[in-house]
Amino acid sequence: MAADRTEELAAAVTKAAAAGNPLRPVGGDTKRDFGRAVDAEPLSLAGHDGIVEYEPTELVITARAGTPLAELEVALAERGQMLGFEPPHLGDDATLGGTVACGLSGPRRPYAGAARDYVLGVRMLNGRGEVLHFGGQVIKNVAGYDLSRLMVGAQGTLGVLLEVSVRVLPVPGHEVTLVQELDAVAALESVNRWAGQPLPISAACHDGERLRIRLSGTEAGVRAAVTQLGGAVDGDGAAWWQALRERALPFFAGDRPLWRLALAPASAQPDLPGTWLIDWGGAQRWLRSDAPTETVHAAARAAGGHATRLRPADVEGPFQPLPEAVFALHRRLKGALDPHGILNPGRLYAGL
Amino acid sequence: MNDTIHDRRTIDRIALVAALRAVLPADAVLDQPEQLRPYECDGLSAYRQLPLAVALPADTDQVAAVLAACREHGAPVVARGSGTSLSGGALPHPDGVVLSLAKLNRILAIDPINRTARVQPGVRNLAISEAARPFGLYYAPDPSSQIVCSIGGNVAENAGGVHCLKYGLTVHNILAVEMLTIDGERLELGGDAPDVPGYDLLALVIGSEGMLGVVTEITVKLLPLPSCARVLLGAFDSIPAAGDAVSRIIAAGITPGGLEMMDGPAIQAAEDFVQAGYPTSAAAILLCELDGTVEEVEAQIDEVRSLMQACGASEVRVAQDEKERAAFWSGRKNAFPAVGRISPDYYCMDGTIPRRHLARVLEGITALSEEYGLPVANVFHAGDGNLHPLILYDANRPGELERTEEFGGKILELCVEVGGTITGEHGVGVEKIDQMCVQFNAAEIDQFHAVKAALDPERLLNPGKAIPSSARCSELGGMHVHGGQLPFPDIERF
Ligand SMILES: Cc1cc2nc3c(=O)[nH]c(=O)nc-3n(C[C@H](O)[C@H](O)[C@H](O)COP(=O)(O)OP(=O)(O)OC[C@H]3O[C@@H](n4cnc5c(N)ncnc54)[C@H](O)[C@@H]3O)c2cc1C
Repeated sequence: MAADRTEELAAAVTKAAAAGNPLRPVGGDTKRDFGRAVDAEPLSLAGHDGIVEYEPTELVITARAGTPLAELEVALAERGQMLGFEPPHLGDDATLGGTVACGLSGPRRPYAGAARDYVLGVRMLNGRGEVLHFGGQVIKNVAGYDLSRLMVGAQGTLGVLLEVSVRVLPVPGHEVTLVQELDAVAALESVNRWAGQPLPISAACHDGERLRIRLSGTEAGVRAAVTQLGGAVDGDGAAWWQALRERALPFFAGDRPLWRLALAPASAQPDLPGTWLIDWGGAQRWLRSDAPTETVHAAARAAGGHATRLRPADVEGPFQPLPEAVFALHRRLKGALDPHGILNPGRLYAGL
Repeated sequence: MNDTIHDRRTIDRIALVAALRAVLPADAVLDQPEQLRPYECDGLSAYRQLPLAVALPADTDQVAAVLAACREHGAPVVARGSGTSLSGGALPHPDGVVLSLAKLNRILAIDPINRTARVQPGVRNLAISEAARPFGLYYAPDPSSQIVCSIGGNVAENAGGVHCLKYGLTVHNILAVEMLTIDGERLELGGDAPDVPGYDLLALVIGSEGMLGVVTEITVKLLPLPSCARVLLGAFDSIPAAGDAVSRIIAAGITPGGLEMMDGPAIQAAEDFVQAGYPTSAAAILLCELDGTVEEVEAQIDEVRSLMQACGASEVRVAQDEKERAAFWSGRKNAFPAVGRISPDYYCMDGTIPRRHLARVLEGITALSEEYGLPVANVFHAGDGNLHPLILYDANRPGELERTEEFGGKILELCVEVGGTITGEHGVGVEKIDQMCVQFNAAEIDQFHAVKAALDPERLLNPGKAIPSSARCSELGGMHVHGGQLPFPDIERF
């Protein structure tokens, strides 16, 4: 049953701050490996849950951080709405708070926006245990610094999310997936050319052999685009995108190191050994490769992007190192929000 | 005008000007009163202040040198783009330097394949779309001031526009910025690749009103020009009926490119000014623009027409060609100057509310309008709940500006009461600094100051703007209203 545990959570953080004891905020613990190991007492957000406000015509839903993502999506679907950034759950227990804290987005991201684009406001605890509210429940809001978006992807190192308001989108009336046999180079060329045209594309992925394009919109609009782009209609399209979103395609199986490179979408393929799966119209490229970490980082940097190592975990953590001045600013911001350094210390980077 | 906004400093003016002259060409440092005059205010002209000097650097290195000189002399720095801010964001500091970005006005690169443009901060908003047009692309956020306002100013204010509901605000359309901090670091925030690791510093900087750093280069996202855009005009006998139509359109799963409402006084003023063909007997009109592929737009036009009729529209017109579409929009786009014609002065407010409270808030505004004896015309970004009540007043009548400001403040407090915000797109600046104490509690204000201190511990960047001092809020006393919860919820307000 829905419950508000704000007071108890605030007391726990206040106490930990006084004692200097580190805490590890936990939702469903489905994204534990998306960060460095944290040696700290878990602060469970389980049971701090429930939808606080949802008025479909306002296009906004507000829910407590421990609300299961699945429950939230069911509530939206009942009203013909959805989370536009298609967040990967990566496990049955994923919560709204953990999803926003990790800032992950699914296949729709390049065409509809990322997790951070949908967050309108948060209620949170800073590292002093103070309950703070930033942003709000309206789409346009520029009062004060945008600290709610700063929480997205900060992985609980700047605050414990208590409640999040996110913008929602109507479920498209019609959706079709097209498949074309193309190599990676031709696929990158096509998807980036199409992305510059007014077409209702909502996802584009090349699996190594085939390019899949998802079209979303009104039936008439989608039908016209199907004629224009050509290719076979994939009857199992919806299931395929779902598997991609959850990293459940065969590509993701096995023990070989899994990397995610983020690049400008039309970038040439980096010269790295391994197998590729190109998502986000070219902006997100998954790589299975035994290449050493430094080699992958260097190749990503040379291509103007960055690389994240998802598997296997290693002590350095998944994220590419930051430039020195940017890292120094991260530390100062951490000090501003979590002066005692008790929230998920070291989860993103050592010393943060 | 409130004298307590400036946090005063003691500056050796002669030494400061000499330091600026040492790093900039002679004609790029202004310090004579007649030279400073054009910089004394921005779009909120009720507030005026001469700075000590104006610096006009021509490139990033010169910007860095100006910042270093100011830091050395402890002088406040107010960055300025085109000076169209409606909240006094670019108002000079009496002991400081105005740092104009106007000469950094080059479009550095357009990448049509990756759909981005790299530009300097002084580039005008509309100039980006004009440069992108040959590639079939454009920059989506379109503030009404887009012919003049700079992209740097848009980043600092997180500017919106008519197309925000569908295409987002500035924050959704910027990929990267280069920013100089007051201590001389040159930071790359964001990037051409999505989701840079670490904190989302780009989101933090966007909308920070020139208080965290000076933006010297910007990479924007470009979108394909829609192949088709059509606009409908619906006339309604009551504002709630028009509001209902907005909710029904959105509930039907339609996201219009633009969805704007005007009330009776605004319709009349606009019609008198540009003869857009608006039905002047209507209590409210809705303009609904649908854009996308031809097939998509055609299907949605019929649906929106029926929805408007079902909500009691007395008339629904669909623009038959580009000329008529432009005419429909001309009234809305000229609403501010149109109101300017019928009143010596007007004051534009910028609150946002959850749309379902529209009728209640407009009733409250009407009651306040009677109480203060000042007429109001309402223009409203209906899709996203952003209200622009225009209060008509005459600054030459003693006390009228003060009454107007008080009235405006009450409107914003009303927006906060219903769960909205004091500013949707114009920023806090100096104008809404007191209302910040209504929207945020002491701990939240302190948190903002701590974040500011992480970037600018000496408070040299645009001091006195956007975030009130905690002392100021406590002087104003227990005004704080949060998430619609009033201190005394059972007392009737309007
Ligand atoms: C008629 C009219 C209509 C308007 N319509 C809209 C509208 O529809 N939507 C909307 O959102 N706004 C609107 N505005 C407000 C205004 O145009 C925007 O806020 C715009 O973004 C300001 O840009 P500017 O270049 O004029 O900035 P300025 O007014 O020069 O500065 C605004 C703020 O930005 C800071 N700043 C400027 N450049 C930089 C930089 N390079 N680095 C760091 N800080 C910087 C300044 O210090 C200041 O705090 C309107 C204004 C007018 C006069």
